[in-house]
Formats: sequence, structure tokens, C-alpha cells
Amino acid sequence: MSGHAKLQASALKVGDVREQVLVENLSRTQIVMYAGASGDFNPIHHDETFATQAAGYPSVFAHGMLTMGLTGRLLTDWLGDGVLTEYGVRFVKQVFPGDTLTAKGTVTAIGADGSVEIEVATVNQNGEPVVAGRAKAVLPR
Amino acid sequence: MAEHEFPVDRSAILTFAAAIGDTNPIYWDEAYAKATPCGGIVAPPTFAIASAHWNPHYVFRGVRKIPARVEEAAPRSEAAARSGGGGNLARVLHAEQRFEYKKPLHPGMRLIVSTRPGKSWEKQGKRGGTLQFSETVTEYRDERGELVLVATSVGVVTAKAVES
Repeated sequence: MSGHAKLQASALKVGDVREQVLVENLSRTQIVMYAGASGDFNPIHHDETFATQAAGYPSVFAHGMLTMGLTGRLLTDWLGDGVLTEYGVRFVKQVFPGDTLTAKGTVTAIGADGSVEIEVATVNQNGEPVVAGRAKAVLPR
Repeated sequence: MAEHEFPVDRSAILTFAAAIGDTNPIYWDEAYAKATPCGGIVAPPTFAIASAHWNPHYVFRGVRKIPARVEEAAPRSEAAARSGGGGNLARVLHAEQRFEYKKPLHPGMRLIVSTRPGKSWEKQGKRGGTLQFSETVTEYRDERGELVLVATSVGVVTAKAVES
């Protein structure tokens, strides 16, 4: 959880790492909650019959944007609220019910203006990357 | 370029934060949020995606009759699904997503969302046959026309189910 105190860029250095467990044993309920919150009612994410018989997947799977949203928590918990200027990911592998996800952020650059760049990657319980990307933020100096 | 409105709502932010398992009170506790440098409740970084609720052209929109859409999207058999072409919604996956933030999103903002197609390209995938990628660029502006956020989404149409 982010606190009131704002992280300062001077408190970070290139190579700093932060890891955070985002979700343990991802539930179908959370996937459905995300469908409702995001407005993405693609049946591939909640309708088992559609996902397996029509689409040919082993089961329903999480919205990529749910994993991106979960991963965003590493950034806001670490860097603070309202400080991001960019956040982007590639969806590398699908996330299924029962998965446990851990995000890792690494500081890759710090600018004199307080800008910081973070490389971010989230892996499942087998250590396989599910999303990978980067973020930028501007922090107080 | 298609345009639609997106009113940023406190309840929608709460629901979204709950869905991503984020207990940060900046997303729901007004008294807490006012005392932070943000000066009030803000939305989580990926919240702008929820503008889909307001997009009249969005294929998976909830206010449509979902069962009808499922029938339309679902081929009769797995074999049909596997031979399905670009029009098959079961074959569309999200490949990439980027956000550029200009201003934080606060409850009460009335945003105008405009969407335009970006680049498109093809790639031979090792897991899903020929992959057709296409970009959609979405701009969110406030009532004064100032840019609040830009979202770039890359979708991919796979020739068959991705073997995960």
C-alpha cells in the first residue's frame, strides 16, 4: 500500500529491484470481477464451454489487462500514486485460474529531473513470464 | 475517428480497484486521498480501459445482449473454431498495451474518448500460425480538450488457439 510520503528519486539507484506477489491461486471470481469492472465481456474469459469447446483453450483465462492491472500495483506501491508518465507491457503468456503471479521491477535509469525508468516483468508459479514491459515516472528529487 | 464519452466515476474506480485486488485507499477513501499529494481520489493506472463500457462499437460491451453475442462469436464446433478466419472473435488476443499519462484521472472528470487505427503488420508465429497484428490508438481528453491520457492497444488475430 502506498503511504502519504512520496518516494524521492534520490532514494533510488539504477539496479534497485523490488518484488511483489500480486495474486496467489487466481480465482475465477476475480476474473469475473475484472470482466465487470473493465467492461470486457469476451466469453473466452468467463464461459468455460466457449473457451474450451469453441475456442480450443484448456480453460477460461484471465484478461491480459487484469495481469497488467495487477502488475501496476508493484509500480504504484513502490513509486507512489499519480506519478507514472508511461506504462506499457507485452502479453507473453496466458494466465489461468489457479496461477500465482509475482512481479519484479528493476530501476534501469534515473534522470536529473527526477524521472525514473523501470523494467517490469511478471512471472507465474513456474517462473514463466506472463507480461513484460516498462514504466516511467517523475518523482520529486 | 470514432468518439464517445467516458465519465470518470468514483464507484467505477472502487469496483476496478477491487477487481485488481488493490487495497490502496487512494482509490476509495476521500479523506485519506485529500491528504496525499494527489489531493483526492485517483484512478489506478489501467483504469482507462474501463471506457469500454461507454464505447458503442465495442464488441464485448455489457449493455449489449451478451448471449446473442456469444452465439455470434461461437462456431458450432472446435473444428470450425480452428478453421475460423479473421472474423472469429475467439481468435483475437491482446498482444500489447501502452499508456502515456498526461494528467491523473479523478472522479467527476468528463472525458471524451477518440479512437483511430494505428499500424498493422503480419508475423509468422511459432505457436499460433500466421499472426495479424493491428494497433488501436485511443486519446482521452478533458472538457477543455486537453489531452489526459493516450492508450495504444495491439491486437493479434491468431490462425488457431495459442498453445500455452
